[in-house]
Amino acid sequence: MCGIAGLIYADANGGREVGRDITRMLQSMKHRGPDSTGYALFGPRSSSYVMRFTLADANDPRDFEFADRIRHHRFLVEQRLRRFGAHIHEIDEETEYAYRVTFDYDGDLKQLADLVEDVPGAEVLSLGHALEIIKDLGDAESVATQYELDGFRGTHGIGHVRMATESDVDISGAHPYWAYPFSDVAVVHNGQLTNYFQWKRRLERSGHRFNSECDSEIIAVYLAEKMSDGASLEDAMRDSLDELDGVFTYIAVTEDALGVAKDEMAAKPLVLYEGDDMVALASEEIAIRAVLDREIDTYDPFEGEVMVWQR
Amino acid sequence: MAAVGEGRITYDARGLAEPRAEAPCIAEIDGTSASFDAHDLSTRLINLELRRLLYEEGITDVTVQNPGAKHSVGVGILTRCRVTFEGSLGYFGCGLIDGPEIRITGRVGWSACENMMSGVVTVAGNAGSLTAAALRGGDVVVHGRVGARTGIDQKGGTIIVGGDAGMMTGFMMQRGRMILCSDVGHGLGDSMYDGTIYVAGKVASLGIDCVPGEWTDADTEFVERKFRIHGLGSPPELQKFVCGKKLYNYDNLEPSERKLVL
Repeated sequence: MCGIAGLIYADANGGREVGRDITRMLQSMKHRGPDSTGYALFGPRSSSYVMRFTLADANDPRDFEFADRIRHHRFLVEQRLRRFGAHIHEIDEETEYAYRVTFDYDGDLKQLADLVEDVPGAEVLSLGHALEIIKDLGDAESVATQYELDGFRGTHGIGHVRMATESDVDISGAHPYWAYPFSDVAVVHNGQLTNYFQWKRRLERSGHRFNSECDSEIIAVYLAEKMSDGASLEDAMRDSLDELDGVFTYIAVTEDALGVAKDEMAAKPLVLYEGDDMVALASEEIAIRAVLDREIDTYDPFEGEVMVWQR
Repeated sequence: MAAVGEGRITYDARGLAEPRAEAPCIAEIDGTSASFDAHDLSTRLINLELRRLLYEEGITDVTVQNPGAKHSVGVGILTRCRVTFEGSLGYFGCGLIDGPEIRITGRVGWSACENMMSGVVTVAGNAGSLTAAALRGGDVVVHGRVGARTGIDQKGGTIIVGGDAGMMTGFMMQRGRMILCSDVGHGLGDSMYDGTIYVAGKVASLGIDCVPGEWTDADTEFVERKFRIHGLGSPPELQKFVCGKKLYNYDNLEPSERKLVL
């Protein structure tokens, strides 16, 4: 079933508490997907890059060498970043297998991300100037506690609670998906894509990598590739209505915009609140009420609609 | 008394999340009317309190404040009464009801009033998709807009929509009537068997086997009566759509099959 949520503040000078708000939204939709929870949050933009990566999956077996292996792989990641010309500011251990690193770098992002993922077990969750993707198994409150997201301040964000239907319950299969290797683009999706393999092969031929078996992963790369060819987010999303088959409601975010697209059968739900202070959207109104505890006017967008809000 | 949010979630064969919950008894009762604040109550506690008031206390007029878009609120009420929800309901609101007159001042989510048998439900705001799915009887009046597949599998009763309606409205409609006062999306009345759909606005496209019908005095009388009952003013100019009866062929069954059907 899955639940999706998105939030963009009208006035986010200095950042609003997007981590706390998205957690509240996702926790109220826990019944839509208890398997895993994910966030794509936009903090204040910095000239440095911020990268989130994992070195193992949450449910990997913990053998005797697990800790040693992780330590060694972390060392390899740092070594590769430095060799490739990245100037590392800080590297934080968020959990025993998930890391956040900030660095200065002016080379090719794909080469850098490929080099990191070449380390055994490594997966780059997000890479950009403001985007940070956090995802793990469990409900929103446990992920938020684990990664200390309550204090995360930012401008906009999206989130996802997953009920796994098409692929495994693990971090690779959890949403949101970063549009590898395009900086600051991410997607959450509720639905199923029926021409997934077609698009996966097509995008793989143009050099993109896919780390999971999850159909939603292609949406992010599909959009980012269109945008890198000069299309706006809105145009790319409009094209997707014709080119992606299946049932979907998905939310895409870039550094300065948040957009939603609904398939032409209107098969997956979405409730929208457009206020003066924020635009909030979610699979169920109860999620919007979790951040706006008052009577509000909401509606369901119709089939085949694409809406984009600029920050 | 079960405190709010308390009670461990344990297995229950009926699939209830709070199997041992009891009505919170927090309503303020005044003669035959009562009101309570649902802000801190779970869905089950709200419904238990409603049942207590309507079935045990003999209350006929209940006001529920702050329903907060919770799901499955106000379901299965099987008595004649008046209920007002001051706020919005989530999914499956007021489903499976038989008799009550319900007013919702906010909006409702997907599948509101599904399988309703009789009574009246008035929604001041918008409604989600699948509104009044499999409606059997009674009137559902939505002043705002509705999502996709409104009145899917409608088997009776009347649905009145003030705003726009989404795609596949009246999908597989079998009986009953629908009055849509604004524009309608693609596939109106797709695969309908019977029933009547009245539309005031633009129809994006008609579904398979949905055709314009001939307007009669009975239509005028019906529409005016419904508008009068619900205080909707004078009805707009409406087009009528009915089933073309090309899609199904009950008469063409094999003799052995015909026995099964009849």
